[in-house]
Amino acid sequence: MAFSILVPVLVVGGMGLVFGVLLGIASKVFAVKEDERIPKILEALPGANCGGCGFAGCAAYASALCSGGVKPNMCPVGGEVVAGKISEIMGVENEVKEKMVARVMCNGNPDRAVQKYYFDGPRDCHSAARLGGGEKMCAYGCLGFGSCVEVCKFGAMSVKDGVAYVDIDKCVACGACAEACPKKIIKILPLRSKYTITCKSIEKGAATRHDCEVGCIGCGICAKACPKEAIAISDNLAVIDPNKCVNCGICAQKCPRGAINKVTPTGLVRLEKKPQKPKLTPEQIAELKAKKAAENAAKADSDSIEKTAEFQIPADK
Amino acid sequence: MVAELLIISVGAILINNFVLVQFLGICPFLGVSKKVDTSVGMGFAVIFVMVCASVITWCVQYYLLVPFGLEYMQTIAFILVIAVLVQFVEMFLKKSIPSLYSSLGVYLPLITTNCAVLGVAIQNITKFGGAEMSFLKSIVYGVSAGIGFTVAIVLFAGVRERLESSDVPEFLKGMPIALVTAALLSIAFLGFSGLSF
Repeated sequence: MAFSILVPVLVVGGMGLVFGVLLGIASKVFAVKEDERIPKILEALPGANCGGCGFAGCAAYASALCSGGVKPNMCPVGGEVVAGKISEIMGVENEVKEKMVARVMCNGNPDRAVQKYYFDGPRDCHSAARLGGGEKMCAYGCLGFGSCVEVCKFGAMSVKDGVAYVDIDKCVACGACAEACPKKIIKILPLRSKYTITCKSIEKGAATRHDCEVGCIGCGICAKACPKEAIAISDNLAVIDPNKCVNCGICAQKCPRGAINKVTPTGLVRLEKKPQKPKLTPEQIAELKAKKAAENAAKADSDSIEKTAEFQIPADK
Repeated sequence: MVAELLIISVGAILINNFVLVQFLGICPFLGVSKKVDTSVGMGFAVIFVMVCASVITWCVQYYLLVPFGLEYMQTIAFILVIAVLVQFVEMFLKKSIPSLYSSLGVYLPLITTNCAVLGVAIQNITKFGGAEMSFLKSIVYGVSAGIGFTVAIVLFAGVRERLESSDVPEFLKGMPIALVTAALLSIAFLGFSGLSF
């Protein structure tokens, strides 16, 4: 009786012992040496795994930091606070990194941009982009189905009026939206530079003018008006150099298309107002009307003379 | 002999596919099938564990349990072997393929309780018994079962990747459509049951 209990106990217990010893040896052979700084850095990092630092996630960034050659201020989410903590852990000098935000380079909502067709497929920018480049005539227009909203882990993106919109207080400039946008019209720019060209169209001026009310036509008025020469026109599109810009706002006032907008303190990236034309006094309007009427009369006169000189056109045509 | 092994192999991969026909190992099949890359990794981990488990459990059965008349201890002994193997695979992956280790996450230790692995070990004994060449047959059966699992999970992951970008009705989004897909795959595999040699 005792034997029949003892044997199975010994057999299974022996198996367990052998396996335990084997595993013990294996754990020594396959031991992974972990830098003790990695868990500390991981604690300091926000843990959003957004990939804004350029690595696969927070853990990947932490291990890259420990293996050297990577700056401690790469985390866009944590900003200066986290950079300071990491520098302390790593024992290096902290460098201040400029705060960046995402900006949508399009202001062409359905009222302003010409529609090409009505897209009835899945509510997703990539699907829409595959069908003839999307609903808008403009090939650089925001599709407005919010693929950027889906990928944003910080709730900073939303679609208003059919155009994506960035809440600059929530934006950490991780770049996930810029990556997800099939039109590549989201740019990460320094927050310091307040004015943005809200257009990405490199079409010729006439085409952009036809496709959208608020598109940049590359006229160059802003470039001429800028006192700091911070704006350059390349490929029919104005581009502001954020390092030269002093936020004077002259370009936004001068732009005839309303394609330059300001990042306002309330978090709005877009100005809804178009620059106003100078108001005319009633006398001036009357004067202009009289002038125009006189011109028209003179033109009609000369037209009728020319026509009688040639063939008589039948009255019903 | 070769023909017999081939029949065992084809039978385990297609006709009696572990996941889609015998519904063993459903947990990792549903859990790690969101991406093709990780599902391939999972598939190979399972193949490795199944082959090792087949070899070791065969030895345990015929050199330990049968001589001492302890066949009734089969389940606990086999689970012990599988648990040790999975622990070993985990250590190995953590050292050599950390990216696969982190993407498998909790499903790697879950192979421990993966019924597909225990299923292979027990079916080896019940199917082949003490017959001639039963050791070789067990190994072939283990490899084939693992391949069958890999085929099923990779096919399923491929379908699920496509589902990501398609227009799924709101009430089917997520797990419901995944389970419907698994059911359709299972129906497709039922077609192989007509194969005969």
